Amino acid sequence: MGHIGSALSIADIVAALYGHVLRIPAPNDPQRDYFILSKGHAVLAVYAALSLKGWMSQSELNAFCGESDALGSHPEHQVDGIDFSTGSLGHGLSMGAGAALGALRNGSPRRVFVLVSDAECNEGSLWEAVMFAAHHRLANLVAIVDLNGQQAFGYTDQVLSLSPLAQRWRAFGWDVHEVDGHDVEAIAGTIAGLDTASGPPHVLITRTTFGKGVSYMENKIKWHYLPMSDDEYRQALAELGAGA
Amino acid sequence: MRGAFVRTLAELAAEDRRIMLLTGDLGFMALEPFAEKFPDRFINMGVAEQNMVGVATGLAREGFLPFVYSIVTFASLRPYEFIRNGPILHNLPVRIVGIGGGFEYGHAGLTHHGLEDVGVMRVQPGIALIAPADHEQTRSALQATWDLPGPVYYRLGKNDTITVPGLDGRFDLGRVQVINEGDDLLLIAMGAIASEAAAAARLLATRGIASTLAVVSSLNPAPVDDLVALLARFRLAMTVEEHYVVGGLGSLVAETVADHGLGCRVLRCGVRSAPNGVTGGQAYLQQVHGLSRGALVDAATALVTKSMAVEAS
Repeated sequence: MGHIGSALSIADIVAALYGHVLRIPAPNDPQRDYFILSKGHAVLAVYAALSLKGWMSQSELNAFCGESDALGSHPEHQVDGIDFSTGSLGHGLSMGAGAALGALRNGSPRRVFVLVSDAECNEGSLWEAVMFAAHHRLANLVAIVDLNGQQAFGYTDQVLSLSPLAQRWRAFGWDVHEVDGHDVEAIAGTIAGLDTASGPPHVLITRTTFGKGVSYMENKIKWHYLPMSDDEYRQALAELGAGA
Repeated sequence: MRGAFVRTLAELAAEDRRIMLLTGDLGFMALEPFAEKFPDRFINMGVAEQNMVGVATGLAREGFLPFVYSIVTFASLRPYEFIRNGPILHNLPVRIVGIGGGFEYGHAGLTHHGLEDVGVMRVQPGIALIAPADHEQTRSALQATWDLPGPVYYRLGKNDTITVPGLDGRFDLGRVQVINEGDDLLLIAMGAIASEAAAAARLLATRGIASTLAVVSSLNPAPVDDLVALLARFRLAMTVEEHYVVGGLGSLVAETVADHGLGCRVLRCGVRSAPNGVTGGQAYLQQVHGLSRGALVDAATALVTKSMAVEAS
């Protein structure tokens, strides 16, 4: 199954969120923070986090892309720990903005985190949500852009230039932070410093490496799609320092 | 229907604080009864229908009952995938309100004609689809469905004066409303054009053709049992809708006939070609597409006459 490079691209961001940021005492806690993976194709990294949190069993994880009620390659809200189904790019930030607005109106301490891909910024609907969140001062909304510079069929600077991405978000009225997307402490520290009670919505532009940590995957378009062979799997685990 | 909708929604909102109204920058001179009474529960979302539906999905997830409002085409077609992957996929109580089914925005051109909204919504199993026939039924339909647990699409007309005689505001989810009874022909109508179908039925009676008129305003859940019972009694049925003939009421009736092995012949009256380049008001466009009461009478007469000729031969 594909999207392995995309999952590695966000693995450190997801580690920072689930390890240090998200206030989720339990997947069904009524006041939990929401995390929306708008780039749903990278959900493998989130399943790993849910497993490490103890909310997903090893057998569930092992059934990834199996049949029946097994985990799919895009998140489904029927899975414990997944609050929003995604998979069509340009949708998650709108739902997140609505949830953030609803939480503010309810006086809830809930914060809403939405992880989008850089190529997802091609979608016009994303900018509708960007405008809306800034206009309504959704301080409890935090977007994170996975800026790995590539998309399904090319590199972003050659497909549809996003540059200067941070300035674009800033021009739309967001509180913008540029962070190393593989520095867990920097990501967690930046988010800890955000005012999520008042003011504009926040965005972390996180520079990442597609396929991070696996030499033959890094910055290679084909690893958006390809599954690994057994040998490639073993090499990847060795390079990542994980046990087979 | 629009006025009845807004007034009824304001009444409901006075009783239930979860109700919110979001508009895609439309509804000037229409939504004020709600907006002025509940300014903190009314949001002009700007001209951004996808985001409007996405935000409504998030609000519904937080326990609100958001109604999103625009002209039929902009409410249903532009954000269609957001409706599918949002409230339908998550089974959340977002209400999509489309104004101006069919040719109600006649002079505004094809971009404003609501001719396929019922078709695209009807294929989604997870959304209720309500197309009231007049303002009285709009009120009762909203009262009956506003707090359904899942999403709802409302297809509303703009007219708040015309009523379908004999309908008397009746509405039941998943049921058909029968207006008058006659044995020669079954007329089945959807939406505001039901009043034209009712007028056609009266004219047919003067020609000696006795018809039963059934109004279908609950398209999903479809009134299958009622339709089967009605269709089983007739050899001839004619559907009337201000919508493309594919996907809407005519398709529902034809599917019902096929699914249940009924012997009823169905003539679908609706729009069969895109009205590109043809300009005019609603009445003119109805006439062009064979949906005026006169055209309906002619079509019904021809159907009955042909059937009698076949029978005689």
